[in-house]
Amino acid sequence: MKILVCISKTPDTTSKIAFKDNNTKFEEAGVQWIINPYDEWYSLVRAIELKEKDPSVIIHLVTVGTADAEPVIRKALALGGDEAIRINATSDDSFYVGSQIAEIAKQGGYDLIFTGKETIDYNGSAIGGIIAELLDVPYVSLATKFDLNGDVATVTREIDGGEEVAEIKLPLVVSCAKGVAEQRIPNMRGIMAARTKPLKAVEPAAVDALTTIASYELPPAKAGVKLIPADNVAELVRLLHEEAKVI
Amino acid sequence: MSVLVYIDHSDGHIKKSSFEALSYGAAVAKQLGLPAEALLLGTVTDDLSALGKYGVATIQQVNNDSLNHLDAQVQTKVIAEAVQSTGATIVVFSHNQTGKALAPRVAASLKAGLVTGAVALPDTSSGFVVKKSVFSGKAFANVNITSPVKVISLNPNSYKTVAGDDKPASVNLLNIAVEDSRVKVTAVNKVKGEVPLTEADIVVSGGRGLKGPENWGIVEDLAHALHAATACSRPVADSHWRPHHEHVGQTGIQIAPNLYIAIGISGAIQHLAGVNRSKHIVVINKDPEAPFFKAADYGIVGDAFDVVPKLTEEIKKIRQ
Ligand SMILES: Cc1cc2nc3c(=O)[nH]c(=O)nc-3n(C[C@H](O)[C@H](O)[C@H](O)COP(=O)(O)OP(=O)(O)OC[C@H]3O[C@@H](n4cnc5c(N)ncnc54)[C@H](O)[C@@H]3O)c2cc1C
Ligand SMILES: Nc1ncnc2c1ncn2[C@@H]1O[C@H](COP(=O)(O)O)[C@@H](O)[C@H]1O
Repeated sequence: MKILVCISKTPDTTSKIAFKDNNTKFEEAGVQWIINPYDEWYSLVRAIELKEKDPSVIIHLVTVGTADAEPVIRKALALGGDEAIRINATSDDSFYVGSQIAEIAKQGGYDLIFTGKETIDYNGSAIGGIIAELLDVPYVSLATKFDLNGDVATVTREIDGGEEVAEIKLPLVVSCAKGVAEQRIPNMRGIMAARTKPLKAVEPAAVDALTTIASYELPPAKAGVKLIPADNVAELVRLLHEEAKVI
Repeated sequence: MSVLVYIDHSDGHIKKSSFEALSYGAAVAKQLGLPAEALLLGTVTDDLSALGKYGVATIQQVNNDSLNHLDAQVQTKVIAEAVQSTGATIVVFSHNQTGKALAPRVAASLKAGLVTGAVALPDTSSGFVVKKSVFSGKAFANVNITSPVKVISLNPNSYKTVAGDDKPASVNLLNIAVEDSRVKVTAVNKVKGEVPLTEADIVVSGGRGLKGPENWGIVEDLAHALHAATACSRPVADSHWRPHHEHVGQTGIQIAPNLYIAIGISGAIQHLAGVNRSKHIVVINKDPEAPFFKAADYGIVGDAFDVVPKLTEEIKKIRQ
């Protein structure tokens, strides 16, 4: 059993979001980079749990990123996983990133590919579906539970207005949301072990990006809160009715 | 060349988010001087010709009942073939659970540039630039799609439904073979009787300030009076005070209702990430320093157990 876990780096959730170069680039100065929470807490930890149950499971991590992504991928290796592959490129285009990972996946012959539900910076929710399509295998989006029985996965996923449980034979791509696993803290042994785990960099395949980011913008600033005295709830209702026109 | 809008449905009914997607698709088509069409996989009991009022002239339907269940792999093949046979160049989905499963696959299959979570009509003055929500609602990116075929998924509640003249749409049946699904569904659990959170116009949400699950009656009463959905902060779901599907925020569901009422929620940045696209935010919190007030339009500094029941009474009065 070989599992590929997709790891992306994102700014820490509390980072200040600002842009530079005429609003065409994210201002990285002072930003702390973390493993995208969905990749770390849910997909990576679930893969590690599967390996703990069955030590013959092999876990590879993959990231599409330049050398500055290495500290984050080492952090992921400290949690678990056998080795990591860094595809030496960066792109905001989902098709480009998905194609790069699909290429690695084809070469590696993985039974199972985990992504996070979405990156918390680009919010694409797209890479898993793209990989699955390029490999022509089933895709379970927004999984909240994942179990394996031999080569059959039992997965619970979010559907509009509820959830669905399904059995699917591997190979399979799954995007992991909350519920799939519980967050873990890396221990000292893991951190030491991660230093010597193989992390190989490979050059990207020739793929055209199909989108480019023209610019960024921040939402207009809020006008400021209108405070209504607690003993005049009727005034709030009037404002919601007459001014905001929402009720 | 045309714009093709995917119609999402369940239990025989077309979802509200699809009316938004249809209105959006029709506007994109108008902007480019192209026809707007809709694509329905499976069957519904709703009257399809009535969709004409959203600005689509033709509904392309693959009326195979097995398509009523979403298997992204199977549906993608059908959609890709429908796109080819109708000559569509822009495909529009809703960025809901269905769209998240389908849009990326369809885009990859068509080698089409993809923008998920779109919040506005494209700017076609130079290129084809679609504004999307990024950084969990804290910013927007204007993304230029450079490929000939384009796939857009529209954030729910970002584009207003536009219902025009009642010009009935015609239905055209497409004859496309459907593969067998490799996914064996063993259970479907739908939240019954409530307004789905992602489609709700109004959401009433409670946090740790409510002290315990036994106190949720005041939240539910208010939600009931407003025909609203209920939501909660993460610690509330983690403590099992409320079901997980109500958890909004960075790690939960992201919503953008017209009105979000936050009760006893401090307004941590990870909570805001799920709700900051709401059109109007009301915060009820006893701490005047609660960070949520900075993101709010209206606020009451007060005790929820005192304010919320009064608010419910006032709402009932005005709704009578
Ligand atoms: C990576 C990451 C992801 C996270 N994801 C999420 C997420 O998706 N969603 C989420 O919600 N959180 C998330 N969190 C947690 C988040 O940081 C906060 O801890 C959480 O939102 C706090 O929940 P709360 O506001 O209900 O509780 P508290 O912060 O404890 O706030 C309770 C509030 O209630 C008020 N209050 C108390 N009594 C009353 C009363 N009688 N009447 C009125 N007001 C009262 C208090 O003044 C206080 O402001 C995440 C954290 C991390 C690190
Ligand atoms: N640059 C990347 N390298 C590796 N995996 C990625 C990358 N970007 C996104 N992913 C994976 O795809 C998931 C969804 O990303 P997105 O479609 O950008 O929201 C993430 O949670 C990651 O698991």
